[in-house]
Amino acid sequence: MTGAVGGYPVLTAIIITPILGALLVALVPARRPELARAIGFMASAATLGFALLMLWDFQTGFGGFQFVEHNRWFDSLGVGYIVGVDGFSLFMIIATAVLFPIGLLASAKIEHRPKAYIFWFLMLEGAIMGIFLSLDLIGFFVFWEAMLVPMYFLIAGWGSTNRKYAATKFFIYTAAGSAFLLAAALVLAFLHQADTGVLTFDYRTLAAWTGLSESTENWLFFGFMIAFAIKAPLVPFHTWLPDVHTEAPTAGSVVLAGVILKMGAYGVLRFGFELFPRASVTFAPLFLTLAVIGIVYGSIVAAMQKDAKRLIAYSSVAHMGFILLGIFSISVFGLDGAAFTMVSHPLTTGSLFLVVGMLYERRHTRDIDAFGGIWKSAPRLTALFLIATFAGIGLPVFSGFVGEFLSLLGTFAAHRWWAVVATTGVILGAVYMLWMFQRVFTGVPEGDNATMADANWREMAVVIPLLAFSLFIGLYPKPVLDRIEPTVKCVVRTFEMKTDLHRPAADRLDTSHVKGCR
Amino acid sequence: MTARDLLDMVWLVPLLPLTGAVVLMLAGKRIGDPKAGWFATAMMGLAFVWSVVMLFALLSLPSDARSHVSDVFTWLHAGNLKVNLGFLADPLSVTWILLVTGVGSLIHLYAIGYMHGDERYPRFFAYFNLFATAMLVLVLGSSFLLTFLGWEGVGLCSYLLIGFWFERPRASSASVKAFVTNRVGDFGFMIAMFFIVGALGSLDYTAMAQGAGGISKSTATAIALLLFLGCIGKSAQIGLHVWLPDAMEGPTPVSALIHAATMVTAGVFLVCRAHPFFERSGVAMTVVATVGALTALIAGTVALVQPDIKRVLAYSTVSQLGYMFLAAGVGAYSIAVFFVLAHAFYKATLFLGSGTVIHGTEETQDIRQMGGLRKYMPFTAVGFGIAWLTIVGLPPFSGFWAKDGVLAAAFYRGDYPLWVIGLLAAILTGFYMTRETMLVFSGNERFRPSVAEAGDGEHAHAAAEHDITASHDITASPTVDYGMPIAPAHMGHDPHDGSPTMIFPVIVLAGLAIVAGVLELPFKGLDFLTKWLEPTFGNKHAAEPTSFLSGFGLSMLAVALGVTGIVVAFKLYRRGLDDPAADPIDAKLGRLGRLFGHAWYYDEGIAVAVGGPLRHAARWTADVFDQKILDGGVNGVARLFGAAGAGMRKLQTGLVRQYALGIALGMVALLIWTLWRVGVA
Repeated sequence: MTGAVGGYPVLTAIIITPILGALLVALVPARRPELARAIGFMASAATLGFALLMLWDFQTGFGGFQFVEHNRWFDSLGVGYIVGVDGFSLFMIIATAVLFPIGLLASAKIEHRPKAYIFWFLMLEGAIMGIFLSLDLIGFFVFWEAMLVPMYFLIAGWGSTNRKYAATKFFIYTAAGSAFLLAAALVLAFLHQADTGVLTFDYRTLAAWTGLSESTENWLFFGFMIAFAIKAPLVPFHTWLPDVHTEAPTAGSVVLAGVILKMGAYGVLRFGFELFPRASVTFAPLFLTLAVIGIVYGSIVAAMQKDAKRLIAYSSVAHMGFILLGIFSISVFGLDGAAFTMVSHPLTTGSLFLVVGMLYERRHTRDIDAFGGIWKSAPRLTALFLIATFAGIGLPVFSGFVGEFLSLLGTFAAHRWWAVVATTGVILGAVYMLWMFQRVFTGVPEGDNATMADANWREMAVVIPLLAFSLFIGLYPKPVLDRIEPTVKCVVRTFEMKTDLHRPAADRLDTSHVKGCR
Repeated sequence: MTARDLLDMVWLVPLLPLTGAVVLMLAGKRIGDPKAGWFATAMMGLAFVWSVVMLFALLSLPSDARSHVSDVFTWLHAGNLKVNLGFLADPLSVTWILLVTGVGSLIHLYAIGYMHGDERYPRFFAYFNLFATAMLVLVLGSSFLLTFLGWEGVGLCSYLLIGFWFERPRASSASVKAFVTNRVGDFGFMIAMFFIVGALGSLDYTAMAQGAGGISKSTATAIALLLFLGCIGKSAQIGLHVWLPDAMEGPTPVSALIHAATMVTAGVFLVCRAHPFFERSGVAMTVVATVGALTALIAGTVALVQPDIKRVLAYSTVSQLGYMFLAAGVGAYSIAVFFVLAHAFYKATLFLGSGTVIHGTEETQDIRQMGGLRKYMPFTAVGFGIAWLTIVGLPPFSGFWAKDGVLAAAFYRGDYPLWVIGLLAAILTGFYMTRETMLVFSGNERFRPSVAEAGDGEHAHAAAEHDITASHDITASPTVDYGMPIAPAHMGHDPHDGSPTMIFPVIVLAGLAIVAGVLELPFKGLDFLTKWLEPTFGNKHAAEPTSFLSGFGLSMLAVALGVTGIVVAFKLYRRGLDDPAADPIDAKLGRLGRLFGHAWYYDEGIAVAVGGPLRHAARWTADVFDQKILDGGVNGVARLFGAAGAGMRKLQTGLVRQYALGIALGMVALLIWTLWRVGVA
C-alpha cells in the first residue's frame, strides 16, 4: 500500500476542499452572489486540481488501494477514518471532480438564492467524494446518508413544478434502502467480532475474513444489494429516477446521471463483491436477468416518453443495465467494460442533460412534441446533441462503444444467452434516441422554435470537453483501462480463490503483471 | 523506399478525406460554395492517387507476399484481447479502396454542381468526405473490430446524408429507418465478434486466416450466419432491405455514392473478407447464395412497376446485390468482386444520370411525366443508355461478363435452382431497365402541361399553383410511391442537360462500364482479377465450364432471356405513354402488379405491426405497467407507512423537519446498536 503522496493526504483534501468551499460560501453575504459563484467555482476547480494530482501519481499495474489514510476515530467502536483509492473508484473521483465545475458553470443562470444553491452543491460534492473514497463501512454509510441532504435541498429548492414530491421520494426511497445496508453492515461486523474477537468496520479486514456461513452470506449480501439496487437503479426499483430527473435542476440531473447513479454500481463492485463473493456467484444469474430486463425494459419505456428528460432518465436505466451486466458476468472483460461504462456514461448522458437543459432554458418546456426543426434555428446546439446521441448509443470511436462491447463480450463468454438478449439494446438505443432527435431537431421550426438562440460560447465550453473526452477514451482507452484493469484482475482472482466459480476459457486471467492484490 | 515502407503509410488513404471532413465541419462556412466542394473532391482525388501508389507497391511484391499489416497504435487492450488500430493492405482491400476513392472522386465532382446553391453546401461535403473515411476504414481494417468501426461509421454518414434535407419529414424518417435497420444487422455482427473472440482469442484477420480452419463446424456456422446478418442489413438483402428504397430521400449523389456504388457493397466485402468462416461452415455458403438469388428475383419484381426514377434504380440495386451474394455464396469470390466493380460503374452512371434528369426537370422524379428527354440532355442520354445496355447484360459490356460469371459459377457447381432464379431475374432486369430508359429518354414528351390543361383556365391555375408550392415547400419530397396519382405536369420551360462537371463523371463512368469487362474475362490467362485476388482467396477457383461450347451456350441463353425482357419493354414503352396516368404494365399484371408495386406488402406489414400492436404494447408498458403498477406500488408502500404518521403528504409540507427526521432515524439506529454493544460487552 502506498501512503499519502508528496507528504500530504490528497484524498482527504479531495473530500474536504468542497466542504470548506461550501462553508466559505455560507459566510458570503447574500447580496454578493458573484462572490459566492467565484468561491464555489474555485473550490470545485481546486478539488479537480487535487483529483488530477492524484491521477498523475496513481500507479498503474497496481490492483490494491493507493494513497491510503488510516486514522483512528471511535476506536472503542471499531470505527475509523479510512480512505483509499483503487481502479474502481479512481475514475469516479475524476468524473465527480470534472462534472461539478461544469455543473456550476451550467448553473450560471440560476437567480433564485444562488448562494444557498452553491452551498448545497459543494456539500454534495464533498459527500460524493467521501462515498467513493471511504474504506470504513460506517464512514461509507455516513457519507451515503449525508449525500441525501444536499440532494434533497437542491431538488426541493431549485427543481421544477413537482419538485417537493420528487425530492421526498428520492430521500425516503434511498433512505429506506440504506436501512438494510446499515443493518447488514452491523451484523457483519458483529459476526466478525464473534469469530475473531476484533470489532472493526475496516473494509479491508472484513473482506479478507472468510468466516461467514453460506446462508448468512446470502442474507447479508441482499441487505447490501437492496440499497445498491435502489440506487443503481435496477428494475423494478427505478421509478424514482425519472421523477427526480425531471424535477431536478440541470446541474442536478447531470450529477445525478453522472455520478450518483454510479454509486449503486460502485457499491456492488466494492462491497457486494468482495465482502460476499460466494453469494455474488450464487445470485449472479438473478442480477444478470435484472440487468437484461433493465436494458430492454428501460429502452422500451424510454421510447414512449413525451418528456425529453424522462426519456434520457430511462435511457440511463438501460445503460445501468449494461454496467450491472458486466459486473455480474464476473469476468475480466465484463468488469473492464462495466468500470469503463461508469466513466463513459457521465460524459455522454451528462452532455445530453446539459443540452436538454439549454433547450429548457429557452423554451421552458421539456415536452418533445413542443419542439421541432431546431436544427435549422440552432445548428450548433443540435450538433452538440447529435454527437452526444451517437456517443451515447455506442458508436465506435466514442467511449460508449468500448464499455458496451467489453460488458457484452464478458457476459457472452460466461452467460451466452443473457448477452444475446442484452445486445438487442444496441438496436433499441438507436430507436429511442434517434426518434427523439427526429422529433426535436428535424422538420421546419415554427413559432418560438424558429427564433431560438443558438448555443453561445459558454454553453459550448460546458459540453465540448465532455464529448471530446468521450472521443478520446473511445479511440484510446488505454489510459483508463490500464488503471482499471489491475483492480479488475485482483477481484477476479479473489473469485477464483474463494468461490467455485466456473470461468470461461475465452476470458483468461493473467495476474503476472499485477501487484498489490489484496 | 521499399514497397513495404510505402504500404506502411496506407493510413494516408483514410486520413485525407478525414482531414477534408474535419476542415469542412470547422471552417466550411468560410470556405463556401463551391470551394468547399472542390476541396472535398481534391481530398478524394489525392486519396485515389495514394491508393494507386498502394496498388503499385503491392504489385511490386511477389504475389504470395502481397499482404501487409501496418499498426498505428493499440486501440483496445483488455484482458487477453488486443486490437490494434491497424490497416491490412492486400489485393482485396486495395481493390476496394481504388473503387471507393475512384468512383467516389467522380461522384464528389458531380456533386459540386448538383448541390450548388444548397444552404448547407459545405456540410454536405463534410459528410461526404466523412463517409469516404468510414468506408475506407471498413475495407482497410486489419481486424473485425476496426471493420466494425467503419461499418458503423458508414451507417452514421448514411443517416446524416439520407436525412440531409431534414426539413422533409420523409427524409428524416427514412434516415432513422436506415440506421435502425442497419443496427439490426449490426446486432448479428457484434455477436459474431463475441463468438470469434471465444473461438480464436483475437479479432485480427491474420488470426482468422490461421485459425478458422481449426474451429468446430457449428461455431463456424454461427459466426458466418451472424456476420451475414450484418451483411443483410448493410447490403439490403431480403428481410432487411426495407431501408434502401427509402434512402432515396437523400440527395441523388448520395444515392449514387452510398446506396449504389460503395456502402451497400460492404456486405459483399465482409463475406469475401471472412470467407474462411463461410467455407469452414459450408451451410452458411448455401444460405448466402440462396438469400442472394431470392433477393435478386424478388427485388426485380418490385422494380418492374415503380413510377419513381430513383425507386426503380434502388430496387435494381437490391437485386444486383443479390447477384453478388449469389456469386460469393457459390465460392466465386473474385466474380463477386468483379460484379461489385462493374456494378459500381454502371449503377453510378445510372444514378448520376437520373440526378441530372431530376435536376433538369425541376425536381420531377415520376417517369410517367418524362419522355423524349434525349433531345434535351444528349450527353446524359448517352451515358444512361450505355449503362442501360450494361446492366441488362448485353455483350461486350462489363455487365454481361459479370452476370455471366455468376450464372456460370452457379451452374457448374450444380446449383441449378439458383441458376434458374438468376436467369429469371435477368429477364426482369431487362424489362425494368428498358422500361425506365424508354419512359425517360424516348417517346412522347409528357412533362409539359397538356394543351387541354393549359387551355382550361382552372387547370392552368392549379398547375401554376402547384409549381409555386413545389418550388417553395421545403418539406415536400419529390418521391413518387407506387399507386400515387400522377401530379399535374408543371414544367414551364424545356429541360436542360447538366453542367460540365456533372456530364464529365457520367461519361467517364459510362466508359468504365463498357470496358471494365477486360478485368475478368472467362478465358485462360485473361482472368486478371482472379489472379490478382489469389493471395486473398487462395487457389480455390470457381467451378468452370466443362467446354467452351457449353459455356458459350449458357451465356447465349442468358443473353437471350435478357433480350426477351428488353424487347417486351421496348414494345410497350418505345412510344412513351399515351395516358401518363395509365401505365400499360398495371393492366397487364393486374393483381400481381399491385403485389409487386407494394413491394410484396412486406414493409407496409411491418409498419402496421410496429405502428399498431407493438406500439400499443410499449405504450401500455410505459404508461400503465411502469407508472401505475411499479411506481404505484412504490408510492403505495410509502402511503402505507404514511398512515403511521410520516406519510408522503406530510413530508411534502416541512423541509427541515423531514430531513432531520431522516437523519434522526439513522442516528437512532446507530445509538441502539451502541447501547446494545455496550450491553453485550
